[in-house]
Amino acid sequence: MSDTETPEEEPVEAASPVEELLHDAPVTTSFGQTVLHTDVEGYADLLARLHAAGFAQVIDLCGVDYLGTDRTDLPASIQPERFEIVVNLINHAERSRIRVRAQVADDVDVPSLFDLYPGTEAMEREAFDMFGIAFIDHPDMSRILMPETWNGYPLRKDYDIGRIPVQFKGAPGQR
Amino acid sequence: MTIAEDAPTTDAPDTGFVGDASRVMSRDNAVLRLSEAEAGALSLDPEDELGESKMIINMGPSHPSTHGVLRLMLEMEGETVLRSKPIIGYLHTGMEKTGEQLTYLQGCTNVTRMDYASPLFTELAFSLAVENLLEMEIPERATWIRMMMTELNRMASHLLFMATNGMDLGAVSMMIYGWREREPLLRFFEKVTGLRMNHNYIRPGGVAADLPDGWQEDLIEYLDAVEPRLEEYDILMTGQPIWRERLQGVGVINEAECLALGATGPILRSAGSSWDLRRDMPYLAYDEVDFDVIVGSYGDSFDRYAIRLNEIRESMRIVRQCIEKMPSGDYRAQNKKVTPPPRARIDESMEALIHHFKIFTEGFKVPVGESYAAVESPRGELGVYIVSDGSSTPVRMHVRAPSFVNLQTLPHLMENGLLADAVAVISSVDPIMGEVDR
Repeated sequence: MSDTETPEEEPVEAASPVEELLHDAPVTTSFGQTVLHTDVEGYADLLARLHAAGFAQVIDLCGVDYLGTDRTDLPASIQPERFEIVVNLINHAERSRIRVRAQVADDVDVPSLFDLYPGTEAMEREAFDMFGIAFIDHPDMSRILMPETWNGYPLRKDYDIGRIPVQFKGAPGQR
Repeated sequence: MTIAEDAPTTDAPDTGFVGDASRVMSRDNAVLRLSEAEAGALSLDPEDELGESKMIINMGPSHPSTHGVLRLMLEMEGETVLRSKPIIGYLHTGMEKTGEQLTYLQGCTNVTRMDYASPLFTELAFSLAVENLLEMEIPERATWIRMMMTELNRMASHLLFMATNGMDLGAVSMMIYGWREREPLLRFFEKVTGLRMNHNYIRPGGVAADLPDGWQEDLIEYLDAVEPRLEEYDILMTGQPIWRERLQGVGVINEAECLALGATGPILRSAGSSWDLRRDMPYLAYDEVDFDVIVGSYGDSFDRYAIRLNEIRESMRIVRQCIEKMPSGDYRAQNKKVTPPPRARIDESMEALIHHFKIFTEGFKVPVGESYAAVESPRGELGVYIVSDGSSTPVRMHVRAPSFVNLQTLPHLMENGLLADAVAVISSVDPIMGEVDR
């Protein structure tokens, strides 16, 4: 089991009336892991505060598409949106992890973390490639895994698998 | 750890780490940020923008030293590499999208194909993330089997690194030796899991099968044979002047740069940071075994080679302790919701057969929530992030692939080096393209 809890936080229920704050952001605990919630406006500031608090490494950044999925684990003050940017950070001195979940609406651009954490460059490009979430002020906002000329964003929930017919040479016709 | 206890946390938060990260923080750094179309236009008219003395060349995507299908766009001035850009995606098969269609039980079959040199680690990270969502306890024996198998896999992966690193640098005898020592490990994996690669052995709830009879003898025989041979390889490579000339001082990176770029594993440790998840955030039973974290001091390709060589020795130590301390008991949790009934029960009980059938067709349901689990793979932190909506397939299954992030260090490692050194640098980063592209 990954040991990610920080001892000083008490688990809070998502729907509890009094929200606990950590680094000035609503905090919840998800299966023993500390999660901070924010939106696009507070995202860059929260990451800057975490950077100042000793979270020296962004270990992972990915997008999630919640289209068609009910959300129950968000604090009341956070407005759920279609997309989420999930950032996992490590504080090496305290040996602790923290996760930031930022709500991102469709067609909203997110500030890039490049100037704080240059290692997010490839991860933000991947999120752009797979979800179409553009990052403002990213040095090279281009597709990374898919071909440059690709249309659509494959990991979106409304991007069906099998939508591009594959033709095999010599295959028999319709059965 | 080199982190100062009272590091200032307001204005300069990264002063606790060795070195200065300004080289990678700058936007005008070693990364060649050109799209293919722009590069194509430049190569038609080399005097434009780049000047006469510079040129852009492509290395790969199928080049013997790029470990698969990695393509590098290099800006060269004579023999010197100025800026560069790794171009990836040639092996992209949408495994994260596929993972959303597969049940949690089938998920392991999918993720094991990502890092094909160390498949058990991805299975382990995936299983840990699912078990965290299920809030499941794993029997002690399953934990120790997982630990032993992944350490053997780390040995196999590092031996493969020794082989390919030797091959890339012209030490072809090491290639033969590396492959040779890896072979018995793959045979052992075949004996335990049924497959040499892509095992689907570590699954949510435990492992797929118990260890076969005589596994201790097999392993002790193997370890006893390889240990002295490893000393020979050490003598063959480490002290050799040509080997040292090719690696020492080539591709230097410091700790602050590694952290800024998200680099983990042997690259981070070569820069002097003793960060190893096995010790710093223990999972499985790593807090019950004795091993050392190998740390370099110069951050060059030679340190990364030496770290991997010595990690093989440390893995051997852990495997020997696993053989000694292997607890008895169940190899998977007897949780009727997650694990299928024992094989013998299926022959005698219709209910057991239905139960078995249901688990393998419908899968098991995982509570709503999201979880991230990370393990120390041979290449660095391998994490799996799973979002569940309460059904039997994940809403999102994201793999934090260490090679994908570590590749970002390449332009910085190769900057102002020779083209021939670029080969040494790619080799020392040890990327596995299946994991990079997923």
